[in-house]
Order: sequence, then C-alpha cells, then structure tokens
Amino acid sequence: MSRRLGVGLGVGALLVWLPFTVSSVWQNLLITTFYFAYLGQAWNILGGYAGQLSLGHAAFFAIGAYTSVVLHTHFGISPWLGMFAGALLAAAVSQGIGYLGFRFGLRGFYFILLTLAAAEILRLIALHLPLLGGYTGLFINFTPNPWQFQFKGKIWYYFIALGFLAVASAVVWLIERSKFGAYLVAIREDEDAAEALGVDTFRYKMLAYAVSAGLTALGGTFYAYYQFYLQPNTVLSMHHSVDIMIRPIVGGSGTILGPILGSFLLELLGEFSRSYFAEGAAGLSVVIYGVLLIVVVLFLPRGVYPTLLGWLRRATGRRA
Amino acid sequence: MALYAQALINGILTGGVYSLMAVGLSLIFGVMRVINFAHGDMMVWGMYLSFWLFTTLGLDPYLSIPLTGAVVFLLGAAIQRGLVNRILAAPHEMQILLMMGVALVLENLALMVWGPDPRRVNVSYGLSTFWMGPIVVDLPRLVTFALALALALVLYLFLRRTDLGRMIRAASDNQTGALLVGTDITKVFTLAFGVGAACVGAAGSLMTPLLPFTPSSGLLFTVTSFNIVIIGGMGNLLGAFVGGLLVGVSESLGAVLLVPSLKEIVGFVLLVVILLFRPQGLLGGRR
Repeated sequence: MSRRLGVGLGVGALLVWLPFTVSSVWQNLLITTFYFAYLGQAWNILGGYAGQLSLGHAAFFAIGAYTSVVLHTHFGISPWLGMFAGALLAAAVSQGIGYLGFRFGLRGFYFILLTLAAAEILRLIALHLPLLGGYTGLFINFTPNPWQFQFKGKIWYYFIALGFLAVASAVVWLIERSKFGAYLVAIREDEDAAEALGVDTFRYKMLAYAVSAGLTALGGTFYAYYQFYLQPNTVLSMHHSVDIMIRPIVGGSGTILGPILGSFLLELLGEFSRSYFAEGAAGLSVVIYGVLLIVVVLFLPRGVYPTLLGWLRRATGRRA
Repeated sequence: MALYAQALINGILTGGVYSLMAVGLSLIFGVMRVINFAHGDMMVWGMYLSFWLFTTLGLDPYLSIPLTGAVVFLLGAAIQRGLVNRILAAPHEMQILLMMGVALVLENLALMVWGPDPRRVNVSYGLSTFWMGPIVVDLPRLVTFALALALALVLYLFLRRTDLGRMIRAASDNQTGALLVGTDITKVFTLAFGVGAACVGAAGSLMTPLLPFTPSSGLLFTVTSFNIVIIGGMGNLLGAFVGGLLVGVSESLGAVLLVPSLKEIVGFVLLVVILLFRPQGLLGGRR
C-alpha cells in the first residue's frame, strides 16, 4: 500500500511540474490528452462497464457546450454554473434515447446506430438554429476572467483538464467498487443472465447512460471555453463521436486506466503521424494514423491496458 | 400536387441506388455480424474509379460498372481476408475500431490520389429530361434506377440459384449448421464481403452522373446505409431494398416539405419511429 502511495505521489508531482517545463505545443498536447482521456472515461461508464457502445456521445458533448455558451452570452450566467445546466440537459436527453433503445432491449449494433442517428438529428437541427450560429458556427468573445471560465495562458487549462480527468476517474473508481458497477459488468457480460438474477437491467443501463452523458457534457463546456468556437459539423459530427469512443477502446474499455493510456497513445500516434508525414500529400498523415489504428487492433485485440497487464503477470509469474 | 409527385418520383429513383448500397451492407452484416464502417468509403472509391475511367478513357460510368464492381469486390475480399477475418472473435468494439481505421485509410488515400475538390462525371446526356404528364424525369436518374434494380435482381438470382449463393445464405442463417455440413466458412466470408463491397462500388458508379462527390462524401453514405438497414431490418436483404426506396422518398419529400438542407433528418426521424413501433425493422424477423 505504501508503495502505491509513493507511486501516486510521484506521478502527482510529475504532473504538477510538467506543464511549467515544456513548450506551449506540448502543453497543448497534454491538455488534449487529458481532455480526451476525460471524455473517454465518461464514455467508459456506459460503453466500457455496461457494454452499451455509444456512437453518439458528440450529442451530449455539444449539448453541454452550447448550453453553457448560450446561458453565458444571453443571460450572463457563468459557465462554471452553466456547465451543470448543460450536464442536466444532456442527462435528460440521454434518458430519452435510452428509453427508446433499452425499452425494446435494443442491443449491440442497434443501440450503436440509434445513438449515431440521435447525434445526426441534433447536428441537423443545430445547423438550422440561428441561436447556435448555423453553418457559420458560434464564436465566443474572449474576455479573460477566471470566473467566466476564460483564462490567459495554457497552464490554467492544463490544471482544469487534469482536474476534470481526476474527477471522472474518481467517479469511475467509485462505480467500479460499488454494487452499481458490478451490475453494469454483469449486464455487459450476459444481460439475460443478469436479468434472470434479478438485476433491473433497464434501470442500471439508464443510470449509466445519464452519468456518462452528464460528464460528457461538462467536457463540452471545457472545449467551448478552450477553443472559443463551436460549429455543428465539427462538434456534432460522427468523427467527433468516434474521437470520443476510440481512446477507451484502444486503451481497454471497462478498465479505469484504459481511457487514460489510450488517450496518451493515440495523442502520441497522432502527433507522430502529423509531424513526420504532414509534409507529404494531404491526407498521408491520416492514412498513417489509420494504419496504426488497424495495427493496434490486430496486435492488441483486447486493448492496451489488459494486454500490458497480461504481460506483466506472465513476467512476474504471479497474479498482479 | 405536381411538386409532391415530382418529389416522389425523384425519391424513388434515387432510392434505387440507396437500396443497392444498403443491400451490400446488409449482406456483409448478415453473414459476418460485422458492421462495415468503411461502406461509404468503398462507394466513394467506386465513384472515383468511374470518374478516372471516364476522364482517361472516356468510358461511360454506366459501362464501367463491371470494372468498378470487380475492383471494389477485390478490395472488399482483401479487407476481409487480411483484416476482418483475424478479429471475428474479438469484442464488437474492436471490430468497429478496425473498420473505422479502414475507413480513415480509404478516405484519405482517395484524398491523396484525387485531391479535395468536388468531382463530377459530366456525361453528354447528364441534363436530358423527358416529360411524363406533369412530371419531369431526369434521364440519368432513370437509367441509374433501372440498373440498380437490375443489379439487385442479379444479386438475388446469385443468392437463390447458385451453389455459392446458397452457401452464403446458409452461413448467414446458421453458421454452426453451415460448418457442420462442411462449408468452407472463410471462403464464404471472403466472397460475401467481396459481393457486399461490389454492390456498394457499383452503387457508387451509378451515382456519379447524378451528383458531385469528394473524398469525404463517404461518411454520409455510410450513415445513410446504416439508417436504411435498420429501417429495413438488419441482415434482411429485401428489407434493405425496401428501406432504400423508403429513405430515398422520405428525403426527397423532406427536401420539399422542409428546407433542402434538412432532408436527411426525415430519414433519421423515420428510423426513430421504426425503433419505436417496430424495432426489428420493417421486414426483420426476430432479432
């Protein structure tokens, strides 16, 4: 236990020290890593633990982002408060989609495509709402004021992203250790058996969906006040939903470290393909990224973290 | 009234191509239980191949269908043999991830080869129309519809009347049973993926005289195909066919009733309605 504490303190100190020593490019990279690890962790609750793969988390992300921005620009409500309104709204919408899907026991691919369709509907609506800026998108005026979630310098965003990630990981940690978490895993492994044993699968899937959607919406607010620009074809696209789900899957879905490892790995792979192949023809760097993704799936079909754990166990000859 | 009749006709004619692309997706899913996230990108490759044959050899896109179909067949078969086949036992999310990787590669290879500008195949009869009572019919749209129908019929006969087709259907209905009677399942999978890809590749060629396209057009086709197969019932080929026509019509009517840029929303709303009242899809049996 004390060794664990030591490792934890060491990692903590490193994370505090790191942003002050690296260039702003690397700061940005780290912020993106934490931020996607956060979103991955939120996705992980529904997609990883409960095994309900969502390809529409961009919807909740966008609901969070737009809600806090609209509340801020039109009603002067600080995004620090507005983000919780966004989270509530996202959780409410998730219950609508969840009701539609889970009531009929839509599973697997049906659920994936339902979530995708829901996000697409929202994207098309957002494109036609003047309030949200339509095709031009919504620009947010930058007025540095910490109480309005607007900061000068990347350091602030670094620590907020890190804090977000820590909170989401703590939530997942608590879920993992609770009965609720055990129910979710039971649903993932064998929904019929869970049902037969008296687990109210509908209720727990809905609950997982609400928590996952709410957390994702908070990430949307962070994005809005980090980028200061929202466009439906970016934040609500299927590409974005893929970006959210891809990291926990690569890292190992249904594990607490999976989204974090996956986020680091993909950020590095993305940066690698961008910096070495961006000079080539347009698209080359993405081709390389796609190939790397395929390679990861073929060689680590259980995800990075579970595979690492397996190697570690074999190397040490005991159950770690 | 004529406006709606016009939209209806246009919708049915466009729906034919939708049907063909969705049938390809449904076939792949029905046999392998794998969702082809690169489906739309395969279609775009069919489009670019037709475009390339048209600009270099002057080959009419309708005549290049056998060529594009064959090339995309090989592409699909190679993807199945080289990649999909290795992860059939992996969790769903890994299969999805793999196909997304494939989609990224295909889309951006097209970007590297043909650039980001919208391309169009300008056939000489591209703008010819004729009147049917009060309704204008685009000639290319009609030809596209007729050929899509013909290709779907060929696929139907292939699946019904040939041994290979029967093997595919057997593997789709009951994989264990097919294995027990000695079906070479890897061969069937490769064939099914290839045929599914060829369908969507041919659909791409058929689409070229109708609308301009870019390397990133694939995503919309992928999403539309998904939508159609759920509406029709996943793995059900007839359902995919009917669903394609239905989505074509609903988009076309949506463009008239709402604003044109909102037309796709009608298809998605249709999907939600189907999920509410008939979650197994229009023609789907038990899930």
